[in-house]
Amino acid sequence: MSAGAERVVVCEGVSVDRDGRRVLENISFTLDAGRFLGVVGPNGAGKTTLLRTLLGLEPIVAGRVEVLGRPPGARPDPGRRIGYVPQRSVIAPTFPARVRDVVMMGRLARAGPWRWPREADRRAVREALARVGIADRAERPIGSLSGGEQRRVMLAQALCASERLLVLDEPTIGLDLPAEQAFYELLRALQRELGLAVIAVSHDLLALAAAADELVCINRTMHVHGNPDEVVHSHALREAYSCEFNFLAGEIAHHERAAKESAAHAHPEPHDHAHGERRR
Amino acid sequence: MLEFAFMQRALVAAVWIGVVCGALGFFVVLRRLAFIGVGISHSAIGGVALGIVLGLSPLATGAAFAVAVALAIAAVGRRGRLAEDTVIGVFFSGSMALGVVLFSLQRGYQQDLFGYLFGNVLAVSSAELALLGAAGAAVLAALAFAFRPLFFASFDEEVARAYGHPVDALGAGLLVLLAGTVVIGVRLVGVILVEALLVIPAATAALWAGHYRGQLALSIAFGAGAGAAGLALAYRFDLAAGGTIVLVLVAAFGLSLALRRR
Repeated sequence: MSAGAERVVVCEGVSVDRDGRRVLENISFTLDAGRFLGVVGPNGAGKTTLLRTLLGLEPIVAGRVEVLGRPPGARPDPGRRIGYVPQRSVIAPTFPARVRDVVMMGRLARAGPWRWPREADRRAVREALARVGIADRAERPIGSLSGGEQRRVMLAQALCASERLLVLDEPTIGLDLPAEQAFYELLRALQRELGLAVIAVSHDLLALAAAADELVCINRTMHVHGNPDEVVHSHALREAYSCEFNFLAGEIAHHERAAKESAAHAHPEPHDHAHGERRR
Repeated sequence: MLEFAFMQRALVAAVWIGVVCGALGFFVVLRRLAFIGVGISHSAIGGVALGIVLGLSPLATGAAFAVAVALAIAAVGRRGRLAEDTVIGVFFSGSMALGVVLFSLQRGYQQDLFGYLFGNVLAVSSAELALLGAAGAAVLAALAFAFRPLFFASFDEEVARAYGHPVDALGAGLLVLLAGTVVIGVRLVGVILVEALLVIPAATAALWAGHYRGQLALSIAFGAGAGAAGLALAYRFDLAAGGTIVLVLVAAFGLSLALRRR
């Protein structure tokens, strides 16, 4: 946010192959501390692969990646200080752990195998649960929570794993619209409050555009990087989503109409209001 | 019954094996390894037969075989071309076939074979008991050491991997522990029934407890309790000890299922 903020992620000309096929080509962007980067693109564009690359789970064949000043996955501290919320549809309803056990997994993720929870760890878990607004669910079995609550648990787990960089893969998939909005609002609030850098991937362009500071659009290669407004209106975006052009044009027109209408109502915070009504 | 030294040894062995299998069974049920367990335990027959034919220790060759099959299942399954249960089906029947052929080479003396197939806990010697104790303690220590990362990987493999846990090695290590435990359990109930010790106590525990600590404790308690109760019943009514122990477990499971039906 401020000038001269720490550079958290550097991607320079990164290419990744999978099963002998190029899935990412020449991707370049940087992310500073305290910024929220949205990564959008059509299905199969390599968004998840990009996240896995940052986490050190995919080897790169060209370019340079640095996460918090080091190559990702570098030992002896692999994946250090990144909080990861993976794409996930369901948690087994009978998984034998309470909510706070799951969050504790994040807290102790990088501790040695003999390290069992201490009072400071338990306090950190309670704080994380309070931050995401589900402190009252701490003792409940993880499988008994709703989908939206489970996302918050995973977010709390990621917060316990890192206070500097969160990486989220389709964090709102399967959530209804109010739950999706609430999740992004929470993420924004946490990001501001804790000065976190956030990278979130979604195929849902407009939801992410409303939440992010910057948007990157990829479809195997990089099509555009800029602030959400520029990106949403760019020709490159239409290119990336080529086959969905008509759908996208309709969505964008709708988005703009909603924004204009809410601005016309002379709301004291027209921008935020537009976010709330960005769709349908 | 405890006035006999062989019964004392049998009781200690039955309870201890119940403890070890109950603890490991928690992960067998959590990670859905029941079929892998069957595959690994039955494949031990090939190794046991090899040991008998070659005049080596059948338990040692059985253990080596079971571990090798466990690692092969993990390796082939990870390559992802074939579904894991397919791979298990191949290894498990192949290894049993090897056992059948090798045993057919053996003329007469089939006493040992039945001991390995169905268990012979009354014949446990002091030396074997010491070996069981040490092997079981090693399995429990390994399990305690790896418990947290293993539990994490069971919850979310992808995140555990991203945070630097050696997820593949943990999974393979668990299969090796499973193979080791199978061989420990063979003495009590035999190759055919050892799977019961790995699955039923943990499955029964899962019916009663929703949290992993409760499940672990109950699984261990059911394993040990069934070992003692089954042995006592077998002694009282002159039944096969291995089968009786498994039937006690099945009865406890059935009762729990009826009581805990929701």
